[in-house]
Amino acid sequence: MFNKKKAYIDLSSVKKNQLTFDTREGNFSCPACSAWISETEKIQNNDFCPRCSHHFPITAWERIYSICDKNTFEEWDTNLSSLNPLDFPDYAEKLDIAKEETVLPEAIITGRGSIGGSKVVIGAMDARFMMGSMGSVVGEKICRAMEEAVQQSLPFIIFCCSGGARMQEGMLSLMQMAKTSAAVGRLNDAGLLYVSILTHPTTGGVTASFASLADIIIAEPGALIGFTGPRVIEQTTGQKLPAGFQRSEFLLKHGMIDIVQPRLEMRSLLIRLLNVHQGGNHG
Amino acid sequence: MAKNKFEFESTYRLLESKLEELRDLSVKLNCDFSSEIANVEKRINQLKEERYKNLTPWEQVLLSRDLERPMTRDFIQTLLTEFIELHGDRLYGDDPAIVGGVGIFDGRAVTVLGHQKGKDTPDNIIHNFGMPRPEGYRKAYRLLMEAERFGRPVLTFINTPGADPGIGAEERGQAWAISQLLICLSKLKVPVVSVITGEGGSGGALALTVADRILMLNNAVFSVASPETCASILLRDAKRADEMAAALKLNAKSLKELEIIDEIIEEPAQDFLLDSADFVTSLRNSIKKHMDAVCSSDINELLEQRYKRLRKIGKIQE
Repeated sequence: MFNKKKAYIDLSSVKKNQLTFDTREGNFSCPACSAWISETEKIQNNDFCPRCSHHFPITAWERIYSICDKNTFEEWDTNLSSLNPLDFPDYAEKLDIAKEETVLPEAIITGRGSIGGSKVVIGAMDARFMMGSMGSVVGEKICRAMEEAVQQSLPFIIFCCSGGARMQEGMLSLMQMAKTSAAVGRLNDAGLLYVSILTHPTTGGVTASFASLADIIIAEPGALIGFTGPRVIEQTTGQKLPAGFQRSEFLLKHGMIDIVQPRLEMRSLLIRLLNVHQGGNHG
Repeated sequence: MAKNKFEFESTYRLLESKLEELRDLSVKLNCDFSSEIANVEKRINQLKEERYKNLTPWEQVLLSRDLERPMTRDFIQTLLTEFIELHGDRLYGDDPAIVGGVGIFDGRAVTVLGHQKGKDTPDNIIHNFGMPRPEGYRKAYRLLMEAERFGRPVLTFINTPGADPGIGAEERGQAWAISQLLICLSKLKVPVVSVITGEGGSGGALALTVADRILMLNNAVFSVASPETCASILLRDAKRADEMAAALKLNAKSLKELEIIDEIIEEPAQDFLLDSADFVTSLRNSIKKHMDAVCSSDINELLEQRYKRLRKIGKIQE
């Protein structure tokens, strides 16, 4: 009985996902290759690790600027903000903190911009706002943007990053999965191109709804993408997860996504896709 | 004596066992207590009814997971005639956690789908504890397409802890399979009625609950995540699941107020629900009422209503 080993949960993958800061130097280690990087190096290198090109998280606004033609983005539905419909403990405080820290009204920005001269409706989620979780407002803004895309007959592009449905809004959050999926149905019926770009991390209810329903699914390299989170899978099955499990390249191999595209080449890919979907310039 | 499964049953279970002793004694001693026994029995039943009417959300979560609660196959057997089970997703396998087929409900041919849990541990291993794998959603998708082609309305029964949290499920496109069902049901050109009968767990439950009408048994629950998961993530203490069960507003009464479900079907204080003829009648009548209403609507109008119904869910500040 003294030899009985207790099965501890392997936390190595969890630790890897956190940026470790060396407070004395202002440096941090890359979560992918553990190289020590300074903030200046990170900025100079366009938010990539200079050693392994790991993509560091960027904000929703940075995403929009990175793909849109200069000064073309017009933000929509800026006045929508979350309530605490279930009177869920601590939710109101968490919302206030998220708003203050991100200077965003919610976990998604929507609007219209131009990419290589083509007008498109764009959504960009921001993981800093309560893990990009989807509550009533995120669902509503996505639906309104999709419906407006139908009205204006424009393609729809969304950058996803989310921990899933927002628990603090209970079933109202879960139903946003069905609501956004129904709105994708309207895009499909109107014959409009829908591209979703999965970034680190895209999990839970967002992956199992609008994020997976696009005509073309693109992922940034190394992003965690899945339905059930890796920790939960490890804990419930007791199995060791295969290397690279639920990363973009793993999904590509298993046939779940179309393309893995580095961030710097995202805009040029989108321009080419939009061009092909407009039928080229034949005759 | 019936076993005492839940703490909330302890009072009347104790009374019931004492009454049983009295019954034995009256036979043994040859004294007639029958009228007294009948009185006490009536009182115990009253107590039981009262207790069942005032269950806390956490007690309802426990009850909704009870293995002795009727499962989808029991509901199908009771409510449908001519049921023929259909199997397989035609791509990879057949998922025993989702049962599907065709049958006759109230004189009308329907396609039936539902989550199937096991009755005991070996049975539960076969049915993966009612947690569907991608093949289950794909089988459901296939049967829904078939229902549309033959103009058959769809009836679904919901009772699952959630989607399968396994490596294989992720490798075979769990998220995509669920999302396909959500969009498919939102546009399906035949009426859909759902009944939440037990545990409505997250995305795995929602995948079969996009409907024109949603009915819910009084002690069933429907939640974005299990109270244990919420407690371990938000409170870092899975033992405080009872608090989360209350905060999540996951019972039928709360979901009616949030306008997510249409009707609550009251449950009697019965050990096996389908033993109560009154319950079966009221369940049958409710389904019939809603099925009749949606089947008599123009399908395009119904689809517009289905979209609006989903579209209005959510509470926001403008």
